[in-house]
Amino acid sequence: MAGTATPVSARPTIKPTLWQRLPLVSHLRQSIGLQRGMLVVGMVITAVIVFAAILAPVIAPYGFAESRVDGVQFGRQQPPSAEHIWGTTVGGYDVFSRVIWGAQTALLVVIISVLLSIFAGVVLGLVSGYLGGWLDRILVVIADAIYPFPTLLIAIVVSIVLTGGESSLWGGVLAAAVAVTVVFIPQYFRVIRSEVVRLKAEAFVESAQVIGSSTARIMFLHVLRNSTRTLPLIVTLNASEAILTLAGLGFLGFGIQPTAAAEWGYDLNRALSDTASGIWWTGVFPGISIVLLGLGLTLVGESINDIADPRLRTRKRPTKGVPA
Amino acid sequence: MTLLPAAEAPITPPPAGSAKKSKQGIGLGRYIAIRAVLILPTVLILVTLVFFLMRVVGDPISASVGDRLTPAQLEERLTAAGFNRPILVQYFEYIGQIFTGNFGRTLTDNRPITEVLLQYGSATLELVIYALIVAFLIGIPLGLVAAYRKDRTPDAILRVLAILAYATPVFFAGLLLKLVFGVWLGVLPLSGRADTRVALALGRMDDPTGIYLIDAIRLGSPTAIGDVLAHAVLPALALGLLTAGVFLRLVRTNVISTLSNDYVTAARSRGVSEFRLVTKHAYKPALIPIITVIGLQIALMLGGAVLTETTFEWRGLGFQLTQYLNARDFVAVQGIVALLAVIVAVTNFVVDVIAALIDPRVRY
Repeated sequence: MAGTATPVSARPTIKPTLWQRLPLVSHLRQSIGLQRGMLVVGMVITAVIVFAAILAPVIAPYGFAESRVDGVQFGRQQPPSAEHIWGTTVGGYDVFSRVIWGAQTALLVVIISVLLSIFAGVVLGLVSGYLGGWLDRILVVIADAIYPFPTLLIAIVVSIVLTGGESSLWGGVLAAAVAVTVVFIPQYFRVIRSEVVRLKAEAFVESAQVIGSSTARIMFLHVLRNSTRTLPLIVTLNASEAILTLAGLGFLGFGIQPTAAAEWGYDLNRALSDTASGIWWTGVFPGISIVLLGLGLTLVGESINDIADPRLRTRKRPTKGVPA
Repeated sequence: MTLLPAAEAPITPPPAGSAKKSKQGIGLGRYIAIRAVLILPTVLILVTLVFFLMRVVGDPISASVGDRLTPAQLEERLTAAGFNRPILVQYFEYIGQIFTGNFGRTLTDNRPITEVLLQYGSATLELVIYALIVAFLIGIPLGLVAAYRKDRTPDAILRVLAILAYATPVFFAGLLLKLVFGVWLGVLPLSGRADTRVALALGRMDDPTGIYLIDAIRLGSPTAIGDVLAHAVLPALALGLLTAGVFLRLVRTNVISTLSNDYVTAARSRGVSEFRLVTKHAYKPALIPIITVIGLQIALMLGGAVLTETTFEWRGLGFQLTQYLNARDFVAVQGIVALLAVIVAVTNFVVDVIAALIDPRVRY
């Protein structure tokens, strides 16, 4: 993508700056109308949650495992009030504080897992696709076997293996992130591999081979750069799925321990028994947070997908620099 | 995994397997045979992965009941079950047993795993079928509406709703449904598959199918049928809405891309109305990619079923799986996972065959 020689054209084109070529910025510039609206809404929702996560120590009035202040208990399942604007949970924690701290946990897990799975998936896909042979065949068969299997089940198994059931803050976050990662590696692997297989036959790879570039150089310089085109799309879509997987893990009780970090899925699990007695505030707020973060990330991913696909793109903007 | 094939569907319709160069002249029979043979490694890989992953934690007996036994007792039980032999020996023995249909016995309640699978599998099957019906009834018509009204208000609203359905975890959807219809309106039951009395009556039948609706119809009691259906509404909605969103988006994108085909343009130039174009001309070809995605959706639903069943205490495979996981009964977990792997692999096989029957280009 960046840095490849631009074809010489008779018409002088304005080369977009680095800022304009960044994934999300370039998508925003290409979009229009409804698609731009969805992209902007998605980016705003995501940004708000990111800020809530970063500023959690400032915004949250209490800690996520704090159930008393100055020796006075908060009380259990208290309805929303001035002291606890979203009420308290069955464990006597402040719902608002746990939701805010939960944003931190969710983003941490998503960032770690996306980075890990990109790294692993890209390296495996590159090696497998470019070198081919028996390694390629084995990896493809394994990826194809894991790919259609319910992601949540794989995540549960991996999480149990990693934690043995118990977990500390970082241990829990890492275990959850790795569990989510394992699920997504096959997706990155498949996408990158198919791109690499396609690129391998391109003339620029052949010419690099002819002038004697090393295999590693061709792989990581020429092929890698050209095969990452679809990554922003997969990253945003996977990020929203990572949120759901993490919440699912927490909901089933295989996620992060409640005293180690606030986690929305776990809170929803505890809130489940509250619903029967009409207590809504313990479940609704963490639930809405999951939905919002998932919605924000999916909106961004969807818009990128639509903008990248000419058949779905609403209208092509007149290319800049046309009046010549 | 869910979203990706959905989003990519119009670009690469048949994600049938590993990328191969298309060879001409492979007949349908041979194609089906190749796909059928591929079921085996798929199941084998998953079973192997789970077997070794579970053993990383330790042997099943110390994991589930180890803290309640003295070292001598533990040693005795390990020897009796053969868990202290080399892991490879155990592995090959386990694989051999699976192929003869013997999954072993659960450690916590000492039941044959095949019995557990049959009993709870039917409950999960019932739930998934209801959810699929919900997904089809909601997803496909709304997808057609969105395509028909592309880029207008109904399309925008429907697309946001579809994304919302995707972003909402099934257990939160379930919690909201329970809160609204079960607690505030009080019109539908909160959890379970049937009232205690109905469940008892169904359990006393000779040769029950385990699918409550069929059993209730065979019982011939209208109250039982009503009760079973009332219990199924909320779980089916919770699980079905998620998939309905996926179907909606799939139908929409596929109908829109079919509408740009030459034959549709030709029909349009003959004066066929836009409504008729969507419902008659573009609808059926647009369904082909959906069939291939349904395979993946069923896998997704099995994952969702674990969450839905826990939310609604629907005693199916997923509910039981979490119970066994919490009890660290890894023999039972392996059995359930092996069954799920078989279901996923067979579903994908069936979907591939159907896709090949409909569209000869899929075969290669």
